[in-house]
Amino acid sequence: MPMHIGEKEFSSRVNKGLEDDFMRGAVRSAQGRLQTNRAKAADELGDWEEWRYLGQEIRQHTMENLDFYLKQLSEKVAERGGHVYFAETAEDANNYVKQVINKKNAKKVAKSKSMVTEEIALNDALEEQGCEVVETDLGEYILQIDDHDPPSHIVAPALHKNKEQIRDVFKDKLGYTNTEKPEELTLFAREQLRKEFLAADVGITGCNFAVAESGSFALVTNEGNARMVSTLPKTQITVMGMERIVPTWEELDVMVSLLTRAAVGQKLTSYVTALTGPKDETEVDGPEEFHLVIVDNGRSKILGTEFQEALHCIRCAACINVCPVYRHVGGHAYGSIYPGPIGAVLTPLLGGYEDYKELPYASSLCGACTEVCPVKIPLHEQLILHRKKIVEDEKKSGFGENVAMSGFGIMAGSSRLFNTATRMAPYLVTPYAKDNAISKGPGPVKPWTDIRDLPVPQKERFRDWFKSRKTGG
Amino acid sequence: MKVSLFITCIGDIFYVNAGKASVELLERFGCEVDFPVTQTCCGQPAYNSGYHEKTKAAAINMINSFEHAEYVVCPSGSCAYMFHEYESLFKGDSKWEEKAGKLKQKTFELTQFLTEILGVEDTGAEFHGKATYHSSCHMTRLLGVTEAPFKLLRNVKGLELIDLPNRHDCCGFGGTFAVKMSSISEQMVDEKIEHVEETKANFLIGADGGCLMNIGGRIQRNEKSIKVMHIAEVLNSRGEA
Ligand code: SF4
Repeated sequence: MPMHIGEKEFSSRVNKGLEDDFMRGAVRSAQGRLQTNRAKAADELGDWEEWRYLGQEIRQHTMENLDFYLKQLSEKVAERGGHVYFAETAEDANNYVKQVINKKNAKKVAKSKSMVTEEIALNDALEEQGCEVVETDLGEYILQIDDHDPPSHIVAPALHKNKEQIRDVFKDKLGYTNTEKPEELTLFAREQLRKEFLAADVGITGCNFAVAESGSFALVTNEGNARMVSTLPKTQITVMGMERIVPTWEELDVMVSLLTRAAVGQKLTSYVTALTGPKDETEVDGPEEFHLVIVDNGRSKILGTEFQEALHCIRCAACINVCPVYRHVGGHAYGSIYPGPIGAVLTPLLGGYEDYKELPYASSLCGACTEVCPVKIPLHEQLILHRKKIVEDEKKSGFGENVAMSGFGIMAGSSRLFNTATRMAPYLVTPYAKDNAISKGPGPVKPWTDIRDLPVPQKERFRDWFKSRKTGG
Repeated sequence: MKVSLFITCIGDIFYVNAGKASVELLERFGCEVDFPVTQTCCGQPAYNSGYHEKTKAAAINMINSFEHAEYVVCPSGSCAYMFHEYESLFKGDSKWEEKAGKLKQKTFELTQFLTEILGVEDTGAEFHGKATYHSSCHMTRLLGVTEAPFKLLRNVKGLELIDLPNRHDCCGFGGTFAVKMSSISEQMVDEKIEHVEETKANFLIGADGGCLMNIGGRIQRNEKSIKVMHIAEVLNSRGEA
C-alpha cells in the first residue's frame, strides 16, 4: 500500500486535521492565494471555457488511443538510444530502477518532484538498498529532511507547513541560523542542494507530459531543479504514469498552458524543461544513458470504465485548491499522497475500496472542483459513481444506512406513505421539540442535532395549507 | 400560464411560509398555480449517497406526478436540479429516460422562472433590512442560475444587500454529508457564518431549504441573532419586516 500515508483510520486522520490549527491556517491562506492567482491567469488566457474544452478533447483522444501513443513514444525513445521499461506494478517499477542503479554502482540519486514515484514509494525502495536519495524540489526537500513527513498537496507538497515551521526544520536538522524569510530559506536550501547535484550519479525525474511524436518529456517546475537533475548526472531515469502523454508538441503547448495556469496561476511556471533521451555526439549537455519507466500500477484497469476520466487528470491541483473539505482537514487526512477531490476519486481506484471507501464521502458535492478542473473532469459526479459502486456493487455500506435508505426509498416512492409519514412527523418529534426547534434529536437525527438545531415539522404542512386555500376552508 | 409547484419535502414540512410566498408570487404574475398532491421527495438523499436503485421509485413517482404539467417550478435550486438528474438515473431505460428528459425541459427554479420565463425583475416587494445572500452550490454550479436572485433582490425596496465574502464556498450541508461527516460540516458552516457576520447583516437570504436549514440551525444553536429567510418570502414581502 505505498500510496498510503498516516494513520489507518479515516476518522482519526480527519480529527487530527481538524485539531491542527497551524496546519489549517497555513492551508487556508495558501488556498486563498492560489485561487485568486488561478482566476487571474485564466482570465488572461482569453476564453478559458474554450481552452478547457480543448484540454478535455485532447485528453479524451489520447486515452482512447493510448496503446498507439505509448507504442509511438517507446519507439521514439528507443530510436534515440534510450531504454524503455513498462512496469505493470509498483514493485516492477522499483525493481527496474534498483537494477539500473545497481549496475551503475550508484550511491547517490538526485530526484526532481514526481507524484508517481511517491505513489510507488520509490525512495523507500532505493533507501532500503543503501542508496541515498535527495529530493531537489524545495517542498519535497523540506519534507525529506523533516523525517520524511508525507506530502499534503500534489503541487506544493509542504503546503501544510508555514515559513516558521520550515525555518525550525532547517534549524534542527541542518543547523540553519537565518530567519524565516522565504528568500533566505530558499537560498540556504539551494546551497545545500547544489552540492548534492554535483555528487549524484543518477538523476530521476517524473514527467508532466511525454510527447509521443518525438519521444520527448516535458517537466514543469518552479525552481528549475528538474533541469539540473536531468543534465548533471550521467545516467537519467524518467518515471511516468502511463496516461501522462500527449500526441504532439502542439497538444503539449495547450496542456502546459492549462496546467500552469490552473496550478498556481502563473502564466508559465518558471521552468518548462524538455528532454529527449540520451545526448548524442553533437550535444554537450544531457545524460549518457537514459531509461524510461512507464508505470501502469492499476491504470489500465481504469481505462474503458466509467472512471476513465480520472485518468485525464494533469495534476494541476486546482480542484484541491478550491476544496472546502481539504481546507478544513488538510492533505494528510486523506491518507493518500493524492488528496482533495482528485485524490478521493483516484485513490480508491488505485488502492481499492477496502482501504479507501470513506474518501468518496469526504465531499459535500458542492461541485467547486468540477467547476475549476482545466480538463473538465466531472469530479463530483465521479464521487457519486464511487458511492454507487460501494453501495450497490461492493455492498460495503453499513447495515443501518442500507436499512434507512430502503425505508426512505419506499416512502419517497409512495405518495400515500409519504403523506402519512409527514402528517405524523410533528407528533412523533413532540417529546424532543422545544421552542419550535429540536436540539437533541433521537437516533438518525442525532448527528444533525449534535451540531445544529432542526426545525420542528409543521402541523399544517404546505399541502394542507394549499388544499384548504383551494377549498376556501 | 399554468405552473405546477414542486414544493420539495423540506418545503412541505419545514418551510411552509416559503411555499406560501412562492404561490402568491407566481399568482401575482398571472400564473395559475397547481399542486400535484402525489408528489413526495425527489430522492436526492439516496441518489447522492449512491443508492441509485432505491432512488428510482421516488423518481418514477415524481415523473408521473408532473407528467401533465406545463411548467414545473421549485423554490429550491438543488431539488430542481435533481429533476435534471433523472435522465442519467434512467440511462439505458428508454421509456423513463425519455420521460425524464421531458421533465427536465420544463423544470425551473423559482427565481430562474421569474426572470427567464416570466421576464420579471422587480416583484414590487418592499423589505426593510440589511441582508446578505447565500448562493447555493447546486443552484449556481449545476443548475447554472447565478444572477437571477441578485437581479430580483436588487429591486426590493428598502433592502440593503451586502456581498457575502467567499460567497461561492459551500455551507457544509451536502445532504447526507451534514450527518455522515458532521465534524467537517461543522467547520464549513461555522466558516460560512463567520463570513455572514462580517457583513453585519441582520438577514441571511437563501434559495435552498437545505442550506437554510443547515446555516439557520447552526445560527440558532449558537444563539446568534441573524435571521434566515427564503428568497420567496423576501420577494413576496410588502414592507412588514
Ligand atoms: S482533477 Fe482536474 S483540477 Fe484536479 S488536479 Fe486533476 S486536472 Fe487538476
